[in-house]
Amino acid sequence: MTIRAATGARPNAAFFRIVSGRGALQALYQALVLGAIGGVLFYLVSNTLDNLSSRSIATGFDFIGREAGFPIAEHVIDYAPTSSYGRAYLVGILNTLLVSAIGIVLATVLGVLIGVARLSSNWLIARLAGGYVELLRNTPLILLLVLWYGLFLSLPPPRQAITSLDGDLLVSNRGLNFALPAFEATHGWALILVALGILGWIALARFARRRRAETGKGFPVVFPGLALAFLPGLALFLIAGAPVTLERPELQGFNITGGGRLGAEFLVLVFGLSTYTAAYIAEVVRAGILAVPRGQSEAALALGLGRGHALRLVLLPQALRLIVPPTTNQYLNLAKNSSLAVGIGYQELVSIGNTTINQTGQAIEGVLMIMAVYLTISLTISTAMNWYNRAIALRGTRR
Amino acid sequence: MTAAHVRLPPRTRRGVLHWLRRNLFNTWYNALLTVGALYLIVVALKAIIGWALVDAVWTGSNEECRAAIGDGACWSVIGVKLRFILFGTYPFEEQWRPMLAVALFVAMAVISSWRVLWSRTLVLGWVFLLVVLGFLMRGGVLGLMSVPTEQWGGLPVTIMLAAIGVTLSLPLAFLLALGRRSTMPLIRALSIGYIEVVRGVPLISVLFMSSVMFPLFLPEGITIDKLLRAQVGIILFSAAYLAEVVRGGLQAVPAGQYEAADALGLGFWRKTRLVVMPQAVRHVIPPMVNSFIATFKDTSLVVVIGLYDLLHAARTATNEPTWRAFTTEAYIFVALIFFICCFAMSRYSRRLEAAPGNKGERAAS
Repeated sequence: MTIRAATGARPNAAFFRIVSGRGALQALYQALVLGAIGGVLFYLVSNTLDNLSSRSIATGFDFIGREAGFPIAEHVIDYAPTSSYGRAYLVGILNTLLVSAIGIVLATVLGVLIGVARLSSNWLIARLAGGYVELLRNTPLILLLVLWYGLFLSLPPPRQAITSLDGDLLVSNRGLNFALPAFEATHGWALILVALGILGWIALARFARRRRAETGKGFPVVFPGLALAFLPGLALFLIAGAPVTLERPELQGFNITGGGRLGAEFLVLVFGLSTYTAAYIAEVVRAGILAVPRGQSEAALALGLGRGHALRLVLLPQALRLIVPPTTNQYLNLAKNSSLAVGIGYQELVSIGNTTINQTGQAIEGVLMIMAVYLTISLTISTAMNWYNRAIALRGTRR
Repeated sequence: MTAAHVRLPPRTRRGVLHWLRRNLFNTWYNALLTVGALYLIVVALKAIIGWALVDAVWTGSNEECRAAIGDGACWSVIGVKLRFILFGTYPFEEQWRPMLAVALFVAMAVISSWRVLWSRTLVLGWVFLLVVLGFLMRGGVLGLMSVPTEQWGGLPVTIMLAAIGVTLSLPLAFLLALGRRSTMPLIRALSIGYIEVVRGVPLISVLFMSSVMFPLFLPEGITIDKLLRAQVGIILFSAAYLAEVVRGGLQAVPAGQYEAADALGLGFWRKTRLVVMPQAVRHVIPPMVNSFIATFKDTSLVVVIGLYDLLHAARTATNEPTWRAFTTEAYIFVALIFFICCFAMSRYSRRLEAAPGNKGERAAS
């Protein structure tokens, strides 16, 4: 082979790759790694199969259809011990999602508040917020959870429950019991109207934005939107005669029944998760706000924007761009940390999965199902956040 | 120069009153916030000090403690149960060994925090120390009584899980980070898959895997003790997170450095070892300390698979009927130990970040 130096072309790259052996070497490396991993996997799987057959443990997912036989204290959908393992898993998944969703909302609100408070010009407030962040970030979450749970259990038992709001709210060491209006058809219709109204609000906001972009004139969004969202529903509710019958909590024997109930474990878990994650979100928010250059707020004010507009139109969009990705990580952490509920006995996915493994002995299937669910949650949250992140990213720049 | 040209320095305003006005009462809403916060602080401190200090029983007997339930804390539970909380079920006469191990470990950690001493020798020193500590705890050599790992507990277990977890996950993390940036598609895919899957699941599920699934993986007759299995779980878990930290450092190394190393004719491994890694690691030492804090806190999760770490030891120590009412005090004591360790580490990491020579781009995390 000749190198075509005379024509001025680059020396044949493929030729050098083969001579230096890099391509072949890379293929060899990859084959070796694949072989090693394959070998280890084969060894482990064959061991596992041997073990399973010698201990006569069943394999496969047949157990999902069988009767679970254990009670679950808090369930969003119908569940009884006679329900199947599959349904128990579903209850667990829903509990995990419920705790995560509520925790994420609370943690965001609290985290933003504390993050802003750390930047306050008020020395005391800034120090308090700083102390909060340090205290919570440097203590293991599971320890905090058992501490909060211990404190909650020191509340009086149901018989001596703390009563407030004229008996509409009972606080005991079993949780929170409160009066709840019984559901009626009118409520459903009113809720549908509210949902439609919110859609209308969104449409209105889009229209206003387009109008501003095309004509430079604004259009009021907040108050008309609020009216659009809630007035029709409220009107229907009032026209129907405002039907409300309260179901009130009552003491029966050693327990409180009737009305709505939030269990101690649920409350402690949500409280613990959101206060803990809020400390991390606070740091993210603080860093995001600090990272927006001073010149930006000065420029906005120089353009004649008011403080509110400067914050909303100039500062926040830039800070958000820095805040969103790390906050997503914190949301994911919160969802994963909800598995610590095992430590205080709230029955979510991991707890129910653990019970299932103990009862059926099918450890592999049990653990795999837990992992699959968390992976799905993680991927969903990060996809959603990536989408949002792209939506608020600077137009015209590649990230 | 005539007197007319001499301008007096601006009047410095100082004094407590001025400070208060500027930092606490500069606007009406800040004044309101200050007063509100002060009120809350006073109320909270009054309750906390009353419970934890004034009405607390410090050295009293169990009876005195029970009499104080509802008013004050019972710190004497810590005094009575201290050795169990710290060392778990380790044989009583032999507890000087875990005590010595913890002391050696802390001494080594303090020495390592001194930047001047960072060197390859120090890394080797750590590996050597961990091995020595292992023998010290395990016994069976040099006339030390053999203590099986089932009897280990408390602080040494917590420290061991974290320290060995981080030490052994580092090499794995380096490999994964390099793999994720590799040009070989298979290696890259495997690395990404591993990192994302592990980061996508909670540590508890990995620990469950190590405790219930792992025994099934091994050939019959071979068992690996529970502590070691949990340790493996923690190593594998922490490696995925550390790999992302290391990757951040690799990205912070300017492309010119890679090219310069190529131009010098260095091969991949020598390029990585001599040129890239030293720079990458310098960038990521602060986030690595943070990662260590996270691992240290995470070790408390082994309580759910029944290992005797600090938290579990505290729970067990107060499990007898007479002391059951004072679990909270034991938990607070353990929380304090964790807090002191983690707070010291996070302060240290912040100081490193602010130190000169680390002012370059900060690693993305």
